[in-house]
This record gives sequence, C-alpha cells and structure tokens, in this order.
Amino acid sequence: MTLPDPGRSHHDMGGLPAAAVVPAEHDYAMWEKRVDALLVLLSNRDKPLVSTDELRRNIESLGSESYERMSYYERWIFAIAQTLIERGVLTVDELGRKIERICARESVHE
Amino acid sequence: MRFRPGDRVRVRRSFPIGHVRTPYYVRGKAGLVERACGSFPNPEELAYARPGLPALPLYRVQFLQRDLWPDYAGHPADVLVAEIYQHWLEAVENLQ
Amino acid sequence: MSTDHTDADAAHAHGAPRPDQDDTITYYRAMEIAVRELLIDKGILTAGDVRRQVESMDARGPKGGAAMVARAWVDPAFKQRMLRDGSAAARELGLEIGPLRLIVVENTPEVHNVIVCTLCSCYPRMLLGLPPDWYKSRNYRSRTVREPRAVLAEFGTTIPADMRICVHDSTADMRYLVLPLRPQGTEHLSEAELANMVTRDSMIGVAVIEASRANRVSLAERNCSIGFNFRG
Repeated sequence: MTLPDPGRSHHDMGGLPAAAVVPAEHDYAMWEKRVDALLVLLSNRDKPLVSTDELRRNIESLGSESYERMSYYERWIFAIAQTLIERGVLTVDELGRKIERICARESVHE
Repeated sequence: MRFRPGDRVRVRRSFPIGHVRTPYYVRGKAGLVERACGSFPNPEELAYARPGLPALPLYRVQFLQRDLWPDYAGHPADVLVAEIYQHWLEAVENLQ
Repeated sequence: MSTDHTDADAAHAHGAPRPDQDDTITYYRAMEIAVRELLIDKGILTAGDVRRQVESMDARGPKGGAAMVARAWVDPAFKQRMLRDGSAAARELGLEIGPLRLIVVENTPEVHNVIVCTLCSCYPRMLLGLPPDWYKSRNYRSRTVREPRAVLAEFGTTIPADMRICVHDSTADMRYLVLPLRPQGTEHLSEAELANMVTRDSMIGVAVIEASRANRVSLAERNCSIGFNFRG
C-alpha cells in the first residue's frame, strides 16, 4: 500500500500559507549576541561540544506551541543547553540550580 | 557520485522521523540535477552527535515551480533549487 | 517574553520597545547566563572568548559581500571564477570566511534570484553579518518558495511578469549570495563607490539596486570637473 503521509514537522514550513512579511529587524540584544557567540565557540573548536546539526535537531524537537512562543535566540539557548546535557558537559541538576541562583540575584543590567 | 548535471531525479516520497534536511514540499517531486556540490558528513547522523561518515554526495536539484504548487501563478518557467542528499534521490527512467 | 511572530514583527516595525530590553530577567536570559558561567567555571571557555566573538560578529556587516559584487562588476574574469567557486573567489579578495561553502547566483535581465532557508535560517553570515529578523520569520520562510513575487512586492520590489524567478532554498551545506544587476549609468564609478551602492537586501534577492539620482549628478559633476563632454 502507499506509505501514509504523517504530515510535516512544525519547523518544515516551506509552502505553508502565512501572513505578509514585515521587513523589520531589530538591533540584537547583548544576551542574543552572547548566545550566538556560544554556538560559534562551542562548534568551531578542535573538539566541538555542540554541532549546528544537534542545535537544529533540538530546536525541531520543540513542540509547536513552544516553537512559536519562544524567540529565535531563546530556541537557540534552549537547544545549546539541551545538547550540552546530552553530551554530558552539563547535568540537568546543575543547570537547573544555576538558573535558580541567577534569578535570585539582583535584577540583571545589560 | 551517482548523478550528474542534467539527470532527471525524483525525491523519495518518504517521511522518516528524526532530523532530515529534505523539505516536506519536495518529497515525491521530480526535478533536474543542476550541479553536484561535493560530499559532506550526513546531517541525519551529525544531529545525534555521530560522525556522519562516510560523507554523502549532495546535489542541487532544480524543480519547476508549477510542478511543486498546483496553484502556482508566476512565470511557467520559474524554478526552485534545493540541496538534496543522494540517498533521498532516485533516477527517473522515463521522460515525463 | 519576546517572540518573533507577526504581532511582534508589526510592533517592532513601529519602534515599540522589545520586552527583553528592560532589566527584567527572563527564564531563557537566565539560561544564557547560567550556561556561560558554568562553561567558564569548567574551563571550557573564558569571558574573553565570548567578548571577542561578540565583537568579531559585530564587526561583520554586508561589506564582504558588497566587495565581491563590486569586483565582479568591474572584472569579468573574476566574475566567472566567482560563479564557478564562490568560496575561492572570496578568499582571493582576502575575505575571512572560515568553512563557508559559497554559491553565487547571478541576476540577469531574464532571471531574478532570491534566497531563503525554509527549514531554519541558513545565511552567509561571514559575508553579510547576522541575518535580519524577517529572513528568519515564519512568513518569509513559508511563502518565499511558493509565491516569491508576492513576497518581493512586500519589500517594494516588482519583478516583471516576463522575467523568471529562481528561488534557492538553502537546505544543506551551501550558502548563497545573489550577484545583483549593476545599475545603469554607473560605468564611471570606482570599485569602492560601486561597493557602497550594494545593499544587503540585494544580495539576498529581495531588492534590486536602483541607480540613484545622486549617482547621476555626481557623475555629471565629476565629468565636468575633469573636462569631459558629458552626455547625460
């Protein structure tokens, strides 16, 4: 029988109907530039700790609601962190506790 | 390298789970090989922190837009070119 | 929390402040700090590494791409080499592109090219800098492959109905630069002046480069000042 079509993955959006493109752009916030820098530093090294492919796969694994709700660099830092956990560079517990401690600090200025 | 520029190919109508770089909208569609890009480690393996070797041949495949979209309203010779890995392509024997 | 879907796009287009520009920590901003500090504590990278990489990326705008376009306009042999092997041509100009595998596609009077990455947002960062929000947006990624003329019209770019459009979906390891058509009336401009005319959007393919009145006026002034008979 013909292979049933399970439908497209959420990120695989070529050809879907969508609204008008707004030719807008923003100056990147410092934290976004640092996320970008982290990906470059972790992937462009003798022993890469994150590959662009793992980044993409982790972003693709976000459910549709999270994918749409999160901004571009929020998806990136999520995927970098997820990859580092998979690789054993970070543990779930240490990252979770570190995030808690950071939020307990005074408000963050950029 | 299995294919050469000018070869007619079809993208396999396949829907694997996992990380792939073949967009949904070209699956099952036929086009022409525009050029061979070289061989690269397989992203379907790299995505899982595996080396992705041996490297796989990558091709730019050109599709007529009117073959991709039933309601395409542009120029009849408008095309789209996407990079597709060799294991996603099969030869089209008959001219259509 | 900041988002990049269409409501946020519209708000940003009107200059509304982004939610993440104030002092409130968000979960993912805290995650960025956490990941960075843990990696520094573990000796995997230093704060200096991060700062230098941020500065390096900040310094990259479209100048590299513009330099390639201007050289191709004035040097036909370079143009042929660039169309055959974009990365080698970039290195010929001394541009530092790292592992970038570049394909340059040429606009002609018959064919207009436009670039998109439907699956994520692949972009020739080493030549053009970081991509604009719209390039990464759902609307651009979804519609450019299917209705390129309509999307180009949203940028104010009209492609005549008798021209063909070629859309390139950057799905794998190659990255793309469009070689825009050289505008009319620029024959006497220097390579540096030509490079200044080349816009990032023309190298993505959502815009074309118009010869401005300013170029024509300065051309006339220049020719008068060096004694040519200028026929405008």
